Amino acid sequence: MDRPTVLECRNVWKLYGPQAESVLSRHGGAPSPEALREAGIVPAVRQADVTVAKGEIFVIMGLSGSGKSTLVRCLSRLIEPTAGEIRFEGRDLLKMSEAELIDLRRHKMGMVFQHFALLPHLTVLENAAFPLEVQGVDRRTRLDRARQVIELVGLTGREMRYPHQLSGGQQQRVGIARSLIVEPDLWFLDEPFSALDPLIRREMQDELLRLQGRLQKTIVFITHDFDEAIRLADRIAVMRDGAIVQTATPEELVLRPATDYVAEFTRHIPRAKVMRLGTAARPLIGSDFAGDLPATALVAAVADRIEAAGKPFRVIGAAGEVLGQVDARTIVDILIGRDLPA
Amino acid sequence: MIRGRAASWAFWLGLAGITAVLSLNGKEIAQATGLSWLTKYPQAWQLHLDRQISAALKWLLEEATFGPFQFRDFTRLLSALIEAPYTLLRNLVVDGFAWGRGQQAVPILPPMAWLPVILGFGLLALRLGGARLAVLVTAAFLYLLLFGLWQSAMVTLVSVVIAVPLGVLGGAALGILAFRVRWIDRALRPVLDLMQTVPVFAYLVPILFLFGFGPMAALVATVIYAMPPMVRITTIGLRGVPEEVVEAGRMAGCTRRQLLWKVQLPSARRMMMVGVNQVIMLTLNMVIIASMIGAGGLGYDVLTALRKLDVGRGVEAGFGIVVLAIALDKLSQAAANRGPRDPSGGSWLYRHRWILAWAAVVVASYPLAMAIPPLAVYPAGWQLSTGGFWSAVVSWINLNLYDQIEAVKVAALTWVLVPVKTFLLGIPWAWGLVLAGTIAGGIGGWRLGVMAVLMTGFIITAGLWPEAMITIYLCGVSVVIAMLIGVPIGILAGQNDRAYGVVTLILDTLQTLPSFVYLIPVVMLFKVGDFSAMIAVVMYAIVPAIRYAAVGIRGVDPQLVEAGIVSGCTRGQLIRKVKLPLAMPSILLGLNQTIMLAISMLVITALVGTRDLGQEVYIALTKANAGKGIVAGLAVAFIAMMSDRIITAAIARRTAARETHA
Repeated sequence: MDRPTVLECRNVWKLYGPQAESVLSRHGGAPSPEALREAGIVPAVRQADVTVAKGEIFVIMGLSGSGKSTLVRCLSRLIEPTAGEIRFEGRDLLKMSEAELIDLRRHKMGMVFQHFALLPHLTVLENAAFPLEVQGVDRRTRLDRARQVIELVGLTGREMRYPHQLSGGQQQRVGIARSLIVEPDLWFLDEPFSALDPLIRREMQDELLRLQGRLQKTIVFITHDFDEAIRLADRIAVMRDGAIVQTATPEELVLRPATDYVAEFTRHIPRAKVMRLGTAARPLIGSDFAGDLPATALVAAVADRIEAAGKPFRVIGAAGEVLGQVDARTIVDILIGRDLPA
Repeated sequence: MIRGRAASWAFWLGLAGITAVLSLNGKEIAQATGLSWLTKYPQAWQLHLDRQISAALKWLLEEATFGPFQFRDFTRLLSALIEAPYTLLRNLVVDGFAWGRGQQAVPILPPMAWLPVILGFGLLALRLGGARLAVLVTAAFLYLLLFGLWQSAMVTLVSVVIAVPLGVLGGAALGILAFRVRWIDRALRPVLDLMQTVPVFAYLVPILFLFGFGPMAALVATVIYAMPPMVRITTIGLRGVPEEVVEAGRMAGCTRRQLLWKVQLPSARRMMMVGVNQVIMLTLNMVIIASMIGAGGLGYDVLTALRKLDVGRGVEAGFGIVVLAIALDKLSQAAANRGPRDPSGGSWLYRHRWILAWAAVVVASYPLAMAIPPLAVYPAGWQLSTGGFWSAVVSWINLNLYDQIEAVKVAALTWVLVPVKTFLLGIPWAWGLVLAGTIAGGIGGWRLGVMAVLMTGFIITAGLWPEAMITIYLCGVSVVIAMLIGVPIGILAGQNDRAYGVVTLILDTLQTLPSFVYLIPVVMLFKVGDFSAMIAVVMYAIVPAIRYAAVGIRGVDPQLVEAGIVSGCTRGQLIRKVKLPLAMPSILLGLNQTIMLAISMLVITALVGTRDLGQEVYIALTKANAGKGIVAGLAVAFIAMMSDRIITAAIARRTAARETHA
């Protein structure tokens, strides 16, 4: 990975139960699930390693009870992990004092919550301005700033409403505006769209991609929805029973699932939606081509063109090298899941 | 399981049998065996805790010092802190300001005219709850004015206005502390339990002792009485703030203090407003009762009317309490249900236009009232009175329905009240101790058994066994009657939306009435005695019996009802076999509440001459015997706590049994 690392966590554990720490150290820092059950301890997060690079959307995916929410709360230190190491921009997050942590949250971190977590007694504008209010920024400045972020999330005209007067999607836009007002470097989104209707959810996903295109934040995004994960993610960490099962790009997850559990998730995913031409390309055979296509293009995005052309396309890598060719046959193979190139 | 059930039946039947034998033949057995100390607790064995408590209080008051300060300085300081605003407000609204004292006093400013007061409350109601509330509140105050209750009502209102902020702020502060500091929460819990079960009179006694007879003692007692629900609701409200909202505050970079003031408290606002409403209603209730220790006001009017057997005046003043209670309740509820304030925009003047207009009208009406005297002090000649009417009604009833009423009364006394009383009083104290321990232990486990034995032991050693039995007898009979009437009403009301609406409205109104009010009609129709006490207790305690039954029936899953219907249940079967069993936990909760209310009301019925623990407290109050009052008060509280714990344990057992079966 050539981009700098923003957030890095190593061997993070979060255990609930009596004397969790001593149980952990007694088993050499890595107790088996059986040992934990015997000690009456519920492992919410087990031995999690996460590295998030600058500007990427890192998705943590898991079903309810898989520990994803606990993990993201450890990463933001809303919860104290039982053991492990978390570094944010090179600084040890777990060694920070309360004051340092508050300072960090005021300037470097933002978070969006599943149920919006808006303050019922404040207007849309005041909610968005809240992080600046606790910093002691004067009223005029913070409300001006709030107006800008409200515009950014497309809520102009509703500044004076109260949260209960808005739809779920609108409320979450306020939540997003609030988390962006301090211009955070690291943006946590904890199942931000799970409480919304499917149609709104899709719209909000597009909105997020649009915002990310403009802002280029480093994002840690939690979801239980695999479709959402592959739609948004640069990389996905799949969690099960508190442990991370596999961390990979959507394409790798679908093509090379590490376990049966991951395979079960990816089975229904149309490959064309995650597969890129670089992976789909086959060795060059002829010399008569319809044109060149980039290796990073999604198969689904260029399928029509390839089909219509009647001739194969060359696939070009990042450095301009020719990686191979794709033709209509390749596309059909991918679509029906036949005989995939390794 | 059947064997276990049979054994359990045999156990309880056996217990009842032994009790019956001992109760009915206790004296003979005792005489025959020469063990009469087992039935009548010997005086020589009494612990006289009351004297020690009195002595301790006396020492506290007269000798205790903290550094350079005497304890008395502390009570004086507290008293002065409350007295200053109270006197100011009272002078402003009721007495007027004067220079000098007694006969030589030169009036400087007459008391506040009635016009600004009514305008002020009317406009407040208009703003908070619209035209309907404004009409209601204005009508309530006009009633007080037209029937010559203005001055008393203002005295009562002044006490409420002073006590409510103290109760709310004190309660909120304690609630916040309990929320943030664990050990305070743990320490506070039993204290709150005790405070909510100790009868109101028992509060009055030591406070009277420490603060002396008069409005200050009444106010202090009122604040203490009204505070516990605010403490609880504050803690519950703060705990109820969604975890995510708190996390959002933390992620925004709130310090601990900012989190409390900017996130948690505002989010708990709705819940806390419920607490404010409770504080207001409890304050009014207590202010009325505290009339007896010199607070004056509407309660005092009722009390003097009752003593003089002035039926009409008593009814009018009682109704005055009712309208004041309803007006304050609706006002505070409207305030609680209001959404957050208008989005702030515009200038300072614009944002505060409402309060400014309100102040302008109230202030402007003042000189108007001064210029036209009837607008300041309502002329006595214009007052209405229905006193004659009420007296006529009561004398008509006494004349024409005397035989019927008397027949009912005598029948109830002969067939129910007296036999139950004799039976309970016949139980030897020693067996009572065993009984309390066995029942509590059998239902709630050995811890509860030990608690019951200790509490019963306390009552016995204090020499209050007979009084406790009378309390249990009156309370028991009243609760049974309240449940017999209330549960069927609740079941019927629970099945019909319209009936439920009507019943809820009536219950809500009944619940806002100060307990004291219930005594008025009862005394007028049935004179004093156990029967009157019972009727008053039933009327007061029936509310939860109805409410919980109705709520329980309504809470039954409609799918289960449909399942019953397609299984071919008749209407009767549907109720008996589906709805009732499912509503049972709720009905039992209602029973618990009914008992609690019955006990609290029973203590107040001491005013109509019962011989129970309440009377002990009341006597202690009139003699300012703090120790006696506290001991008798604790005895009442212990009875309440035992019944509460036993019923709670019974409900838990039921639920647990059902879950293991499932």
